[in-house]
Amino acid sequence: MMEQARHRRPEAQWRGSGGEVHEFHEVHPGEPPRHRALGLDDAQAVEMYRYMLLARLLDERMWLLNRAGKIPFVVSCQGQEAAQAGAGLALDRQHDYLLPYYRDLCLVLLWGHTPRDELLAAFAKAADPNSGGRQMPCHFSDRKLRIFSGSSPVGTQIPHAVGFALAAKMRGEASVSFVSFGEGTSNQGDFHEALNFAGVHKLPVVFFCENNKYAISVPEHKQLACANVADRAAGYGFEGVTVDGTDALAVYQVVKRAVDKARHGGGPTLVEAKVYRLVPHSSDDDDRSYRPREEVEEARRGDPLVRMRAYLTEVGLWDEAAEVDLRQRIASELDEATAFAEQAPYPPEESLYWYVYGEEETSHAG
Amino acid sequence: MPVKLYIDAVREALWEEMERDSRVLILGEDVGVRGGVFRVTAGLFERFGEARVIDTPLAESAIVGVAVGASAAGLIPVAEIQFADFILPAVNQIISEAAKLRYRSNNDWHCPLVVRAPYGGGVHGALYHSQCLEALFTHVPGLKVVAPATPHDAKGMLKAAIRDPDPVLFFEHKKLYRSVRGEVPEGDYTVPLGQAQTVREGEDVTVITYGMGVHWALAAADQVAAEGIRVHILDLRSLRPLDEQAVVAAARRTGKVLIVHEDHKFCGFGAELAALICEQALFDLDAPIQRLAGPEVPAMPFCPPLERAYLLNADRVAEAMRRLARF
Ligand SMILES: Cc1ncc(C[n+]2csc(CCOP(=O)(O)OP(=O)(O)O)c2C)c(N)n1
Ligand SMILES: [Mg+2]
Repeated sequence: MMEQARHRRPEAQWRGSGGEVHEFHEVHPGEPPRHRALGLDDAQAVEMYRYMLLARLLDERMWLLNRAGKIPFVVSCQGQEAAQAGAGLALDRQHDYLLPYYRDLCLVLLWGHTPRDELLAAFAKAADPNSGGRQMPCHFSDRKLRIFSGSSPVGTQIPHAVGFALAAKMRGEASVSFVSFGEGTSNQGDFHEALNFAGVHKLPVVFFCENNKYAISVPEHKQLACANVADRAAGYGFEGVTVDGTDALAVYQVVKRAVDKARHGGGPTLVEAKVYRLVPHSSDDDDRSYRPREEVEEARRGDPLVRMRAYLTEVGLWDEAAEVDLRQRIASELDEATAFAEQAPYPPEESLYWYVYGEEETSHAG
Repeated sequence: MPVKLYIDAVREALWEEMERDSRVLILGEDVGVRGGVFRVTAGLFERFGEARVIDTPLAESAIVGVAVGASAAGLIPVAEIQFADFILPAVNQIISEAAKLRYRSNNDWHCPLVVRAPYGGGVHGALYHSQCLEALFTHVPGLKVVAPATPHDAKGMLKAAIRDPDPVLFFEHKKLYRSVRGEVPEGDYTVPLGQAQTVREGEDVTVITYGMGVHWALAAADQVAAEGIRVHILDLRSLRPLDEQAVVAAARRTGKVLIVHEDHKFCGFGAELAALICEQALFDLDAPIQRLAGPEVPAMPFCPPLERAYLLNADRVAEAMRRLARF
């Protein structure tokens, strides 16, 4: 276990938009700010937050569009942005392979997708780079960015990541594959088969579990008889690490270490980021039937965005004016992207039959 | 032309493709040091090394799932499922992943890979080392499913499968491995997937079949030839894509169609053939289409009398030919 120790004196308070008071203890007199100690420059620390906020506001926009009857489905990243931003910055976005799962909106934005791309997917339009409107939203994919296509049956992407890692090892490439999934999914056979394969062959892969405490309605204690998903790594002969997934910098530190290890022949790591899903499982779910409001409210008080913003404020990289400015810029980007995606064309009806097999490739090019 | 065993033809295809293209790798259970439980991959480990002939952990979903990832990353994996019966743990990876990757990514990603699986009965394999499972997969768009019956086709079609841009399930009848010899050209050739072959010409009864059925039908045709029944035999070789033209032409040739396969009859591949012929050639038929296929019991029992009772053979095919010829 490498749970990030937090023995810091209360030095800062930040008042959330709802008037609630948050205390964070991030700055130690005489020590460099945490992000610098981890090797991140100021711009990277701010970048993490910018993407977290972008993902959150895009996610909220999708819920609005769903409730307005404009898009049929939303599955959310809310509450998991810090884990994704921390992991995303720890990877080499030019060379590593990303095998995300449906909550990784922040991660794919960091990897180069835009709100316009994801809104095109939400509206199921032809120009959606993930699937051209074929898959449900948040089934991320983009070959040019090395984001591998995922399906809906959970866990199937985990052995794929091992296959990418096997290819990298065979070709002597330094790329690492990074695959994410929920804690419920860590019960699937594919999880266990893939981790075992990667352990035996010592492959360059990072398994990243975003443990948000629920698999739809079923709580963690009905999913796992062990304390942590990370404990399962022991069965496969490599290290398992838990980390506070609401702390982007802590996640960065742990994932960076796992990625460096993988890149230098040290084999796989299972990283478990402890997070909380702040909204229902999807736009079709009602979480009031299986979890008390107080529990959700309590989790909201530890909202990873609030936490990251407080940190940046404390270290002097952020202020109210910067926040207002960023929110305005994101809002207008989302307005523009929503309008664009809404009016974008659907794929033509005859495309139903395209791309079942490779031979047809040439006939529909362009 | 050299005459070779079916199993040697399969191995030759693997060997030559691995020589030709360094992206080709083999993975599966016992395929390396042991050379496979049937010895199909014998010698490959010594020639190409453990990085390209990988003894995997005993986990079929990982074998296919890792192959999907490796393939998308640019390699050409040939995964071996030790017995077709044990492909079932990998079905999710085959049907949800391999078959749909190109389609779901709008042609952005694809996964050229081959899954080889020894199938079929008659080797005292009992319920779980004898099954024919092709019909589970021929239903799935995005997959190719082939079942060559001769050493010539085994080599040529395996090469074609390895060079194919899409996932191919390559079913090898394990009884044929060492019981069938045939001419195999030296060196490189391919047999395109999706082309059936007429293996015997005749005017009275058409048999449409594949795999072991081809050999039963050829022997049965010899038997009934002595009685004056001239049998036409079409070996499908490839089930998906299916050579529909060849099927319809073969049906029209005699107007009397007997479909033969070792797999179960109900919703078996023969049902598709019969439907196709009805759709396209009903008025050219002179008799109802007949299907001779495996019995509706879960799988093949171990004890010899029940194994015999389960399996078709040349005599039973000959009897069906006579009945149809008389109609
Ligand atoms: C194999 C499979 N079974 C069931 C489902 C339906 N399903 C979708 S998400 C989900 C819960 C997943 O929980 P977890 O892995 O913890 O991820 P989370 O959604 O909490 O992030 C279920 C049961 C599915 N998609 N795939
Ligand atoms: Mg969960």
